[in-house]
Amino acid sequence: MSLPFYVSPEQVMQDKAEFARKGIGRGKSSITVEYDGGIVLMAENASSLSKIGEIYDRIAFAGVGKFMEFDQLRKIGVRYADMKGYQYSRDDVRARALANAYSQAIGDVFTRELKPLEVEVIVAEVGDPGLADHEQCEIYRIQYDGSISDHRGFCVIGGSEEELRSQLSSGYRPDLPLGEVLRLGHRVLGRAVEGKTAVASENLEVCVLENARIGRKFRRLDTDELRQHLSG
Amino acid sequence: MRFPGLGSGRGGERGGYDGSSFSELLQLDHPHLAFDLGRYGNLERLNVPHGTTVLAFKYADGVIVAGDRLATEGMRVASRDVEKVYATDDHSMIAIAGAAGPAIEMARIMRIELEHYEKIEGQALELDGKANKLSQMIRANLPAAMQGLVVVPLFAGFDLRRKQGRMWKFDVTGGRYEEAEFEATGSGGLYARESLKKSHHARASKREALEMAVQALTDAADEDRGTGGIDTVRGIFPTVIYCSEPGIEQTPATEIREVYEFILARRANERAGVTS
Repeated sequence: MSLPFYVSPEQVMQDKAEFARKGIGRGKSSITVEYDGGIVLMAENASSLSKIGEIYDRIAFAGVGKFMEFDQLRKIGVRYADMKGYQYSRDDVRARALANAYSQAIGDVFTRELKPLEVEVIVAEVGDPGLADHEQCEIYRIQYDGSISDHRGFCVIGGSEEELRSQLSSGYRPDLPLGEVLRLGHRVLGRAVEGKTAVASENLEVCVLENARIGRKFRRLDTDELRQHLSG
Repeated sequence: MRFPGLGSGRGGERGGYDGSSFSELLQLDHPHLAFDLGRYGNLERLNVPHGTTVLAFKYADGVIVAGDRLATEGMRVASRDVEKVYATDDHSMIAIAGAAGPAIEMARIMRIELEHYEKIEGQALELDGKANKLSQMIRANLPAAMQGLVVVPLFAGFDLRRKQGRMWKFDVTGGRYEEAEFEATGSGGLYARESLKKSHHARASKREALEMAVQALTDAADEDRGTGGIDTVRGIFPTVIYCSEPGIEQTPATEIREVYEFILARRANERAGVTS
């Protein structure tokens, strides 16, 4: 039996992080932006496999990276939320607790497993003006190593994140109407692809958390509706 | 993969439940929270509230489900304004009769079940699939039913594939029977059915359907002491929910009051006509 080579923990972590970053960097980006009636989640996605999903009444999920991995995360998020809502009440299901649970689970895989998860996820929760202490929207980003951050206004994950973030921050203002946010998001996501100026609207996956809706706030926009907004 | 600190250890090394059903998730991963009254021995002498009369029938645009508001504990009133008809999603609803506690819990789990499946799979169940799932949940309740806590709901909804309203009744073993026209269950179910037998026609408009429903519940309350009549003093009216292609629609109390008063006036006139 040969003795395994010694590798320093710093080196292991660096290698893992680099591996995960590479995997995520190859994929497309996803953006989450607040607007005057809630939150928009947009992703460039030509396939019919969803990158954005509903978690609970006021909570949505977006993932980038390896589909298999973030879709599994989405599902355990739904199980977590439904279980919690069943056990306590629907108002007790909150994004912050879910984001923390994601952070724990993803961080756990990063330290314990040989291969880290090649994903980044967003947990977004639309605020409710009628609910004390909960008027603001909340956007959490959880990275491949489990590090968690909260964001005001907007957040970009995946792909050419830094470039997109600077473009989005130059165009973003609080309380924009839905149509303007969608056009802004379309422009920003479109520039991420080299050589192309825009993404075709049928290759955009767009979901909203609409505050005005009763009960479940999550809604998926179909291509026709999106096209109307983009041309308007 | 699962969240640390969530759930019992039963999944343990194997990982947790990985399917699309909420009730299975509850039973397999969280048995301490699962809905299993069967293990407590004979519950027949337990005095728990029972729901009484609920009914469902088809009308021109879809299906209508209605129920009175009374719950009884033996000979006593347990609650005058309990809800027995619940929307389980945008196109289906459940009406419960029998032991109120487990029945309301079953309606609640059913609602979460449908939403959970839709979120996990990214697609809602077909109406047939929903009815089938409910029948499995009733079968799972069989041990409790054998000990006295019988739950026999009605399930109805609009089938978006076939473009029609449909409804089912169930027995305690989970047996599922689709009904073509109307059905009523609970202590006053027989009387409500007798009433519907005379009034029901499938092409009824919304207003006619509401009239039939209120009439059937009034007739049931007239004959069965367990069924609550309409209480205009306290303002307690039956729950009446329509389900058609656009979705679920609850009837406001003002409309029910108006129909009820119309029926009473018509009956009074008929009586006066006969005697004079």
